Amino acid sequence: MLKFIIRRFLVMIPQLALLSILIFLLAKAMPGDALTGSMQANPNLDPKVFEELREKLGLNDPWYEQYGRWIGNLFQGELGMSYIHKVDIADLLGDRMANTFWLGLVTLIFTYLIAVPLGVVAGRWNESWADKLIVGYNYVSFAIPLFVFALIMLFIFGFGLHWFPIGGSVDVTVEKGTFAYFLSRIHHLLLPAITAALLSTVGTIQYLRNEIIDTKLKDFVKTARAKGTPEKKVYSRHIFRNSLLPVAAFLGYDIVFIIGGSVFIEQIFSYPGLGQLFISSINQRDFSVVNILVMLFGFLSILGTLISDIILSIVDPRIRID
Amino acid sequence: MSKQPLLKINNLSTSFRIGDDYYAAVDDVSLTVNENEVVAIVGESGCGKSALALSIMQLHPQERTKMAGEVLFNGKNLLSLSVSEMNKVRGKDMGMIFQDPLTALNPLMRVGQQIEESMKNHLQLSDAEMKKRSLELLNKVGIPNPERTYMQYPHELSGGMRQRVVIAIAIACEPKFLIADEPTTALDVTIQAQILDLMRDLQSQMKTGIILITHDLGVVAEMADKVAVMYAGEIVEFADVSTLYNNPLHPYTRSLFNSIPSAAHGQDRLHVIQGIVPSLKNLPRTGCRFSERIPWIDSATHEEHPALHEVEKDHFVRCSCYQHFHFPKDAEDLKYDIS
Repeated sequence: MLKFIIRRFLVMIPQLALLSILIFLLAKAMPGDALTGSMQANPNLDPKVFEELREKLGLNDPWYEQYGRWIGNLFQGELGMSYIHKVDIADLLGDRMANTFWLGLVTLIFTYLIAVPLGVVAGRWNESWADKLIVGYNYVSFAIPLFVFALIMLFIFGFGLHWFPIGGSVDVTVEKGTFAYFLSRIHHLLLPAITAALLSTVGTIQYLRNEIIDTKLKDFVKTARAKGTPEKKVYSRHIFRNSLLPVAAFLGYDIVFIIGGSVFIEQIFSYPGLGQLFISSINQRDFSVVNILVMLFGFLSILGTLISDIILSIVDPRIRID
Repeated sequence: MSKQPLLKINNLSTSFRIGDDYYAAVDDVSLTVNENEVVAIVGESGCGKSALALSIMQLHPQERTKMAGEVLFNGKNLLSLSVSEMNKVRGKDMGMIFQDPLTALNPLMRVGQQIEESMKNHLQLSDAEMKKRSLELLNKVGIPNPERTYMQYPHELSGGMRQRVVIAIAIACEPKFLIADEPTTALDVTIQAQILDLMRDLQSQMKTGIILITHDLGVVAEMADKVAVMYAGEIVEFADVSTLYNNPLHPYTRSLFNSIPSAAHGQDRLHVIQGIVPSLKNLPRTGCRFSERIPWIDSATHEEHPALHEVEKDHFVRCSCYQHFHFPKDAEDLKYDIS
């Protein structure tokens, strides 16, 4: 097991190296740079100033030199400076990562709290009216764009009913470290988390439902019934356990979601997280931040598959990794 | 009547819902199994033999199945039992051996747990007693290293070993009656012989009544006391083994025997039964169901509502067409429209 994990981490190195080159080249290939946009549009600034600045920032060097500089710094733990925010990227990421992490975690918990029971009901009593309702919900939740649904939720529960705040991650008037601060954070989390959860259940529900319908007809379920096992136990011991395997395997990929965050949700709920930073950095051509973020997401995706493999090897005795 | 039969099936019909209609996969079947008796049910794929087995155990999905008739087990009609009452019978008084050992075991449970599940359902035993009994069972079914197998998962065992485990599960509570649904079909020939030996040993030790479902006439000859030949959901011929093998009467039975490749006679061509088993939906509901596969036989020889006739003692044949049946004399006979 340990050997397997070490080997997978070693394989990660060339994957990440390739990813970093691709990211860097693609970022460079985008039109404009950190100095275009609002700054360059200012007629009071001499174009020569920009040229000097570009020279100074090293933006005119060939790409491999720039890449070498960047990757070298990365290895020393230097993430670099944000061109736009003029602060260390590590500082920029810190708080937002925590925000995104909590939002992602709560969203995930809600997603599974909703999806697993619904999937089980739909699968066990498939073709019943309950199943039809749940499948109907699946279609609707799959069809509604997240940004439309988020706006509706924000309008009703934030704007109209005032049950939840309409933006931010915490009430600024509350003192940090107190219990009230903690509550305020939760309060800010809930609406975006529930909104996102309601629309992200579709995969889990559908997977679980189909898996249960499939497993119900398997021979070993007949064996269990032929032993005189009560129906309740046939489901809990034989059908559900086997049906949950693919769902468990997906848990690994969810880590990407937890830290990667939801671009739409964070944008609409003005929630300061990584997703929001990602979008604004792209819009402002803040390459240093974009590169770091894409590297982070890439790393998480690879890590996610590894975690999925490990989870699967734990829950399914047929899969042995060594 | 000397004694009460172990299992007596009276006019059992099992229909499945396809779309909005029900179609009978088992049609008016009557059958008796005594203690310590092996009754084989033979027929080609789709003739309803597995459906019959699952009907006895009531393992068909209830919402899509309609059953009529009686399945008397120890004098109790199983069809009138509730699910929980039936659960007390299944596994304890009757066990089932399934066809495909590769899929009949839960991949996520250890072999030991799967054997003990049946005991947990029916017997009040301590964990230690159950383990002891499981190891004995594994030993009984010829597993070389019971302690090790007890802790293994199904995928760690070979097909033959798994089938032994499936048998161990079926006999865990020492049922008086077993249904073996093609227990050797998924195994290779040498393993088949071992499993059949094992089943015969167990049967003579435990005096169980067995319904053996198979399409292998060799297995029937080796194992069975009586044989029921099924075609399209009906029993077309029923007799004890020696009678049936020496004097097969129904055209279908005769065609089956004629289709066995024989090394002795130096045949160069194998007899093939023309056509296919009619599907459940297209089953002719009146007349002889086998008639369309023997088109060279005059249709007047079939009965309109074929009944089982007792042609000699304990030898039953359906429809009167057997009296006029002959194999096709030349190729001309076989020229007909298959569709």
